[in-house]
Amino acid sequence: MTSTRRLAAAHIGVAVGAFGVASAMAFMQALSRASLDLPFRSAQIYYLSVTAHGVLMALVFTTFFIMGLSNALTSRALERPMAAPRLGWAAFWLATIGTVGTAWAILWGKASVLYTFYPPMQAHAIFYIGLTLVVVGTWIWGGTVIATYRGWRADHPDRPVPLAVHGILATIIVWLFATIGVAAEMLLQLIPWSLGWSDKIDPILARMLFWYFGHPLVYFWLLPAYVIWYTVLPRVAGGKLFSDPLGRMVFALFIVLSTPVGFHHQFMDPGISSGWKMLHTINTFGILFPSFVTAFTIVASLEVAGRMRGGTGLFGWLRRLPWDDPLVASVILAMILFAIGGWGGAVNAAFSMNAVVHNTAWIHGHFHLTVGSAAALTFMGAAYWIVPKLVGRQLELDLLAKVQPYLWFLGMLLFAVINHITGLQGMPRRVFEASYGGSAVAQQWEGFTLLSAIGGVLLFVSAVFFLLVMLGTVLAGKRTAQGEIEFAEPLEGAPTTRLVFDRFKMLIIVAVILVVIAYAFPLIQHLGMERFGAGGFRTF
Amino acid sequence: MHVNYYERLWMWGAAAIIVAFLGLTGIATISQGRMPPSHVETIDPQSVFADSRFTPQGVVENPDGSVEARVIAMMFTFLPRELRVPVGRPVTFRITSTDVMHGFQIVGTNGNTMVAPGYVSQFTMTFDEPGEYLIVCNEYCGLNHHNMFATLIAGEEGQ
Repeated sequence: MTSTRRLAAAHIGVAVGAFGVASAMAFMQALSRASLDLPFRSAQIYYLSVTAHGVLMALVFTTFFIMGLSNALTSRALERPMAAPRLGWAAFWLATIGTVGTAWAILWGKASVLYTFYPPMQAHAIFYIGLTLVVVGTWIWGGTVIATYRGWRADHPDRPVPLAVHGILATIIVWLFATIGVAAEMLLQLIPWSLGWSDKIDPILARMLFWYFGHPLVYFWLLPAYVIWYTVLPRVAGGKLFSDPLGRMVFALFIVLSTPVGFHHQFMDPGISSGWKMLHTINTFGILFPSFVTAFTIVASLEVAGRMRGGTGLFGWLRRLPWDDPLVASVILAMILFAIGGWGGAVNAAFSMNAVVHNTAWIHGHFHLTVGSAAALTFMGAAYWIVPKLVGRQLELDLLAKVQPYLWFLGMLLFAVINHITGLQGMPRRVFEASYGGSAVAQQWEGFTLLSAIGGVLLFVSAVFFLLVMLGTVLAGKRTAQGEIEFAEPLEGAPTTRLVFDRFKMLIIVAVILVVIAYAFPLIQHLGMERFGAGGFRTF
Repeated sequence: MHVNYYERLWMWGAAAIIVAFLGLTGIATISQGRMPPSHVETIDPQSVFADSRFTPQGVVENPDGSVEARVIAMMFTFLPRELRVPVGRPVTFRITSTDVMHGFQIVGTNGNTMVAPGYVSQFTMTFDEPGEYLIVCNEYCGLNHHNMFATLIAGEEGQ
C-alpha cells in the first residue's frame, strides 16, 4: 500500500502548494482593502488576485486534498490497495496539468473573471479548458475509488461498508451529480464560445448550469470534513463515535438533497420563475437537517472522549479534551465557526432576507465560515494527522501546529463576523474599494473594513504556520516507521447489517428523481423561450 | 436501528426548527403573497437603446398612472446616474444590461437584483421617507466595477 500512500501524498502536496499561493493572494487583498499604499496596489491586480484566491482555494486546494485524503482512507478502511493505480496517477496528472493551465491564464492576467466565471465576461480559453481537465481528473479518481469499493464488495457481499468509505462514496456521488452541470456549461457554452466557435452565450442558462454545480460543490467540500469528524476525530480525541448509523443517515441525506437546491443562489436572477425558486427553497431548508444531526453526534462523541479521559460533571469532560492536539483543536474550532455559518446559511435560504444580503460582504463572510473553516480548517487539522503517516516522518514544528488552529479561529471570527456586519449595511462584495465618490453611507463601512483586514492578516500568519509545518515535516521531519491510519470505533460496536442508508443504488435513484423535478422542467421552460445571447467581453 | 433518547429528542427539535422556518415562509407566501422575486422577460442586448421599453431611460409615469424607473446598466455606469422618484407611491424598477452581468442594489433597502444582458429585471418598491440612496453594482463586472454607482432621490411630488 506504499503506492497508495505516495499517490495520496502527491495530491496533498499540490493542495498545499495551491493553498500557499492562494493565501499570499488573500494577504495582498487584505492589505489592499485596508487602503495601504502599496506599490502593487491596483484594481487590475486586485481582481486578478481575487480570482486566483477563489480558484486555487475553493477549486484546487479542496479538490486535491479530498482526492488524496480519500485515496488514503479508502485503501486503509477496506484494507486493500487502490484499484487501477495507473488510472489514479492519470487522474492526478490530468488535474495537475489543468491546474497549471488555469493558473497560467489567471496569473498572466488573461482570466480575471473570479472563480464563478459568469459569462458574458470572457476569459482565455485555457482557463476553461484547464478547469475542465481538473474535473475530468476527478471523474477518473472517483472511478478508481468506486472500483476499489466494488472489489471489496465482491469479497464481502453482506458487510456494511466502513463508515469512512460510506462518506467518501457519498462525496463522490454528490460530486458526479454536481459536475454534470459544470461540464455542460464548459463543453456546450464556455469552451466553444471562448474559442470563437460560437459567438453568443446565454448568461442565465450559464448561471443555472453553474449553480446546479455550485451548491452540491459545497457538500463536496463538506462531506470529507464530516468523514474526518465522524471517523477520525473521536479516535484522536481518545473516545468513540457516538452513533455509526446516524452518520450513515447523514451521508445518505446529502446524496439525496445536495443538488435540487441551486436556485437559492439565483433568487435575485431574472428569467427564472418564482415557483421553481420556491421549490428549491423548501429543499434548501431540508438540507439543514443532516448538519443538525451531525452537530449532536460529534459533540456527543467528544463528550464520550472527555469522559473516557477521566472528565466528570456536566462540563468537566470539556477540559479533559486534548486541546493541544492540532487535529482535535482544528475540528472543534471549525465546528464552532460552522455553527455560526450555518445560521447565516438559513438566512440566505430565506428569500426575503436574502434580498438584503445578496452579493454583499455578508456572502463572503458566510462562505469563509463554511468552506473556509468547516472544510479548510478541518483539512489543515487532517493534514497534521495524515501527512506524517503518508511520508513516514514525525510532525515537525509541532508548536506552530498547536497554535495555528486558534490563530485561524481568531482571524476568521474577526474577518467573517465583520463582513456579515458590513454586508447588512449594504457593502457589496468583490470590490477593489468601496468609497463610491465619498458617499455618506459608504463611509460607515471603512472602519469595519479595516478590522476585517486585520482578521485577514491573522489568517495569513496562521496559513504561514501551516505551510511551515508541512514543509518542515516533509523535508526535515525525523524518519519513523509509517504510522497507521486508525478509525474511531462506534460506541455500540461496528454495525453488522446493511441499513437502508447503505443502499446506494436506491439513494441515487431518489436523487435523480428530485434533480429531474427540480431542474428538468425549469430547463425545458427556459430553452423554450425566446432568448437573445450576449457576445463576449474582456472587461479586466 | 437504535437511536439514543437525547439524540432522538434533538432530531425532533431540529425537524421542528426546519418546519418553523418553512412555516414562516409559507405564511408570508400565503398571507402577503411574498414569493421569491422573479421576472421573466427577454430583450436583445444589442438593441436596448432602440427598444421602446428602455427609451427614454429614467423615471417615467405611465398612462395608467404607475411610476416606472428604467435603468440601463453598462460597463461601468448606470443610465441615468440619478433617479428621482416620488415618496409614497410604488415604483417599478426595470433594468437591463448591454454587456456583462451587473447588479443593482439600492443600499439600505430590499431593492436588489441581478442584471443580465438579454433579460429584463423588474421589482417594485415604495419609498416611504424622502431621502437620498446609494445604488451600487454588486456583481463583479470588470476593472472599474467599484466605481459603478448611481444616486436615487426620493422626494415629495413636485419637488
